[in-house]
Amino acid sequence: MSNQNHTDKQEFNITVYTENHIGLLNRIAIIFSRRKINIESLNTSPSEVEGIHRFSILIKESEEVVRKIAGQIEKQVEVLKVYYNTNEEVIWQEMALYKVPTDVIAERAVVERLLRENGARAVVIRKDYTVFETTGHREETDNLIKVLEPYGLIEFVRSARIAIIKDSEGFHKKLQEFEQSEPGHEVVENEYLSSREKVFTM
Amino acid sequence: MLTKEKQVAASPEQTKTISGAEALILALLEEKVDTIFGYPGGAIMPVYDALFDYTDKLNHVLVRHEQGAIHAGQGYARSSGKVGVVFATSGPGATNLVTGLADAQIDSTPLVCITGQVFAHLLGTDAFQETDILNITTPVTKWNYQVTDANEIPEVMAKAFYIAKSGRPGPVLIDISKNAQLQKFDFAGYTPCKHIRSYRPKPIVRHEYIAQAAEVINQAKKPFVLWGQGVMLGSAEKEFRTFIEKSGIPAAWTILGAGALPSDHPQNVGMLGMHGNYGPNVLTNECDVLIAIGMRFDDRVTGRLDKYARQAKIIHLDIDPTEIGKNVPVAVPVWGDCKETLPLLTELVEAKEHTDWLQLFREYNDREIEAVIQEELFPTSEELTMGEVMQQLNEQTAGDAIVVSDVGQHQMVACRYARLNHTRSNITSGGLGTMGFALPAAIGAKFGTPDRTVVAVIGDGGFQMTLQELGTIMQSGVDVKLLILNNQFLGMVRQWQELFHDRRYSFVDIASPDYVKVASGYGISGKSISKREELKDALQEMLSHKGSFLLEVMVTKENNVFPMVPQGCSVSEIRLK
Ligand SMILES: Cc1ncc(C[n+]2csc(CCOP(=O)(O)OP(=O)(O)O)c2C)c(N)n1
Repeated sequence: MSNQNHTDKQEFNITVYTENHIGLLNRIAIIFSRRKINIESLNTSPSEVEGIHRFSILIKESEEVVRKIAGQIEKQVEVLKVYYNTNEEVIWQEMALYKVPTDVIAERAVVERLLRENGARAVVIRKDYTVFETTGHREETDNLIKVLEPYGLIEFVRSARIAIIKDSEGFHKKLQEFEQSEPGHEVVENEYLSSREKVFTM
Repeated sequence: MLTKEKQVAASPEQTKTISGAEALILALLEEKVDTIFGYPGGAIMPVYDALFDYTDKLNHVLVRHEQGAIHAGQGYARSSGKVGVVFATSGPGATNLVTGLADAQIDSTPLVCITGQVFAHLLGTDAFQETDILNITTPVTKWNYQVTDANEIPEVMAKAFYIAKSGRPGPVLIDISKNAQLQKFDFAGYTPCKHIRSYRPKPIVRHEYIAQAAEVINQAKKPFVLWGQGVMLGSAEKEFRTFIEKSGIPAAWTILGAGALPSDHPQNVGMLGMHGNYGPNVLTNECDVLIAIGMRFDDRVTGRLDKYARQAKIIHLDIDPTEIGKNVPVAVPVWGDCKETLPLLTELVEAKEHTDWLQLFREYNDREIEAVIQEELFPTSEELTMGEVMQQLNEQTAGDAIVVSDVGQHQMVACRYARLNHTRSNITSGGLGTMGFALPAAIGAKFGTPDRTVVAVIGDGGFQMTLQELGTIMQSGVDVKLLILNNQFLGMVRQWQELFHDRRYSFVDIASPDYVKVASGYGISGKSISKREELKDALQEMLSHKGSFLLEVMVTKENNVFPMVPQGCSVSEIRLK
């Protein structure tokens, strides 16, 4: 248990831009597990910039904890930038798939109405089963579970949350900053470490 | 994959066909490595084979256990300021490095560890001596990488050195599959790494924070400086001293910071933390401005956080932004290399003498001398104390030795009482508290700074954890002085049992072999003493002996280290007895 007050906790969407590097998922994941923080949802995908990956991570924590975690993630060598945002600051979606027996649903439900009301669409219709899909916030995708349960819902799966920060211009511009400073003085080596003789005498 | 760094394209006549293993050795030479600590095995044999042709340029020290190799690498790095280099084979060789990696990570020690790995086509098959060392070491390295293609070796090595030593230094592990070591490829030369797109080792200094810090300091009535190893890691000893002397502020140190300002500097008011000095601990809760420089507010330093310096405005200078505000709320964050930030701050602070405030530290110090120090350093009881051994050592080395301490009571005594005139003279396992550290670290420290006297101060418990490294001393002929303070107990644990567990001495009574005989088996001279009359001469004999020497001093069995901030207490509740 962290000593943070439970009432401080809220959902935070962490966006991480990284180099595409094997092992980085593990490095990022242990930053959470070491502090006993549960990752509610995690998605990794290419970003709009070639060669740069984007992690979307959802956790429920206080802002104080999230700020520190974000710093620790950004400290990893291959991580370019970390942002964290409340739900109000992002546009987010999750996708859900629902499998139901085709005969039941065809016989007993007014399928069209059901789909329209829930903003869903059929992805596959086979003799034995039908798969529907919805995309939306948690409550929205949850809704269709309730509706479909009486018709013998066979299987349900929901994706990780993906989120776009409302107030952001994407990563292209930021990346330019990173590359412009190459090898700008923001990133010079700690050259003093290798000139011991000159600086170490008192 | 690696980032697309711009490699200087070499013309065909500049390239030569060599093995991955040889490329690795050439990379080490390019990085001006002179010493490697290591232990061979099947998966790293091609590297050792390539090394065989370069033994005139690269000194390889064969240790007796990989833990010894990495602690030696740490001692080398800490004493010299250079990067420590370690070789180990796959599987058990690699896993034996884990303690040292964790130690180096928490104590910010630059290391490049090279481990062999099974052939790439065997990865993940539970092949002979295969372990997933990358995943095992991820939490305890600053960076790690697995190479399965020789072409990657030059670039990966360049990155490894750059990452290990830049910004907040730390350990890096490069795991190289055997096929990559054997593979011939066109080596186009070595380009040191100067930049990694996603890595910012140090920031642009923000002058507004410096100005703000200076303003806070200039208004302070009772400012207090706490410094840590960051001063040394940034090679900012001179800048630090200038700042201290101009501002007139009293300064206290964490054990890893010891030595950055000489022990007898009039503004050096002593050691912080659990077994630190009385004055600096109590007065932490009285100062109005606390200036933390290159230290990380470890819980051994702060005691109870909710009662730590609540009255003070805290200014924190650190190169690692995640340390600023991690444990204590900070009023002015000065993110940067203190080599750059300190001179800017010195420029803006007013020259002052905080005479009355400094005097207060001296008064507390007098109380500590009376209650603890006098009896520890000049005991009236018959038996020898650890403190008087340190006191004698100080007199005979005149404060010029490197003191490498292990972990336990003797460590706290060594850190408290060692006189240090020079920087990089106190080498100890601070953050991890690794018993068994001192003997191999002392070996490494001597290789790192051959012209200095290196004295390892070790407990009877810790010495038995890595005493096989006496074999390394024997074979390499390195000159280290081993001072065993034998209290016939796992003393620090016994102290806690005495104070907090009703003297229930559960498994802390540890027997020792005849250390002098053990040493003699390794061809190392030694002596054991238990009487005060013998101390002076024995130390003299040890220090003047040509080559390594083991001196065992039998000390009081049940002595406690005081002052002490009991766990869960605030620093101002520090106990004198
Ligand atoms: C590898 C390791 N195991 C256990 C400990 C816990 N520990 C801390 S101090 C100590 C006792 C050390 O005894 P000794 O080396 O005899 O030194 P002394 O305290 O007597 O000076 C122990 C067991 C540790 N720090 N490191």
